[in-house]
This record gives sequence, C-alpha cells and structure tokens, in this order.
Amino acid sequence: MTQASSGGRERPLSPHLQVWRWHVTMLTSILNRVTGVGLYGATLLAAAWAVTLAAGPQAYSLYMGLLGSIPGKAALFLVTVSLFYHLGNGVRHLVWDAGRGLDIKSANASSAAVIAFGLVAAVAVWIVAGLMGAL
Amino acid sequence: MSHPYRTPLSRARGNGAAGHGAGHWIAERVGSIALVPLILWVVYAALQLAPMSRDGAIVWLGQPLNALLMILTFVVSIWHMHDGLRVVIEDYLATIFVKSAALLANLFICVLAGGLAVISILKIALGAAL
Repeated sequence: MTQASSGGRERPLSPHLQVWRWHVTMLTSILNRVTGVGLYGATLLAAAWAVTLAAGPQAYSLYMGLLGSIPGKAALFLVTVSLFYHLGNGVRHLVWDAGRGLDIKSANASSAAVIAFGLVAAVAVWIVAGLMGAL
Repeated sequence: MSHPYRTPLSRARGNGAAGHGAGHWIAERVGSIALVPLILWVVYAALQLAPMSRDGAIVWLGQPLNALLMILTFVVSIWHMHDGLRVVIEDYLATIFVKSAALLANLFICVLAGGLAVISILKIALGAAL
C-alpha cells in the first residue's frame, strides 16, 4: 500500500472499511459520529421549541403536538439515547485526551460501558418522565 | 519540508499544517467540558418543562437562572455541533465546491439557529412573550 510507483509519489491508502473485522471500539467511534449528526438535528428541533414558545400559543401547541405524537416521542427517545451515549463517549474522549485508558483492554471495557450508559440512562429518564406525568 | 512562508520560530512552536497550532483543538475540549454539566441540566429542565403549559414554560424561563443556563446550553451546543459537523464534512466531501458549500451551510445554519434560539429566550425571559 505504501509502495511508490516508478513515476510520481503515490500516497498511502488506508484499508477499505470492508476488510475490517468489526470490533467494539470501531462501533463506538462510528456511533459517536452518527449520534453527533443526529444531535445536530435534535438541537435544531430544540431551537424550534424556543422559537415557537416565543411566537405564540398557536405555534407552540402545534409544535408540542408534533413532539408529543407517537413518531415525535419515538424520535425524542432516540435523541435521549444519542444524547447520553454521546455524553458518555465524550467524557471517554476527554479521559483519552488526558492520556489515560488508551490500552486495548480499557478501551474495550469503556466501549461496553458507554453503550450501556446511553441505553440505561435514556430508559431511566423516560421512566422518570412517565412518573412525573410528562409523557 | 521547507516552506517559504514559515519562519524557523513558527516551526519550533509546533504550529502545524493548518498554521494555527493547537488552539482549535483546545477550544473543542473546552466546549466539551462545559457541555457535561449543561447537558445534564438541560435533561432535568426538559423533564420539568414537558408537562407544563405554555404559560408555565414562560414563567419558568422568566427565572433568570433558567434563562441563562438555557442560553448557555444553546450557545455551547451549537458551537460544538458546528465544529463536529465541520470535521465530518472535511472527511467525506472531497470536491472543493461541494465541500465549501457544505461548510458555509453548516456555519450559516448554526449561527441562524443560535441567533433565533437566543432571541426567543431573551424575548420570553424579558417578559415580551405573554
């Protein structure tokens, strides 16, 4: 892959995605990006919440009706999972930035931990929301 | 690698290929650290707001601490998501025109959404939305 051809200098290529065996640290890296892009959309939805709240009762009740519908709630649940996953994995990245937890064993363990945290925290928040009558 | 526009001092300071060193990288980390408490707070805030009527939400945002934390959460989140999507665009879009257009759209959407959110919260917090 790094062999130079006779003429110009060929740049090294990274192996194509398909040749990799899936492993959990690869999954957490991809999930970090996917949830980040998803949360971009969610933040725009949150900005729309503030705008409709300021705009007036009609706009607000229309928007809250959309968020409170079955597809709206399903999207919000996915947003909650994404938020806690991205939060957990973000803290994991900060720990890495401090030079800790970079060995394979720790990275595999923290992969499982952040995936579990994302799911468990989201379910817990929705249970609390249900108990508070917010659903 | 010699570069006609780089002084030996700038090389010694470690200002890399982009020419401005680690400032951007550090700024990303500062935003991330700030978001940890802000996101935990905003989940708590969303749980409080979800069952409220519009009037209740307006009274809630009328409390200065709630309005302040809501504005900070929007500003830092939008800064962070701009930086994040910027990296995604730079990774996947190779054509200079498409890449430039996407980077501009990312910036404009983030600034517009942030501006709208902050103005809306200020309008409510200062009592103009009742």
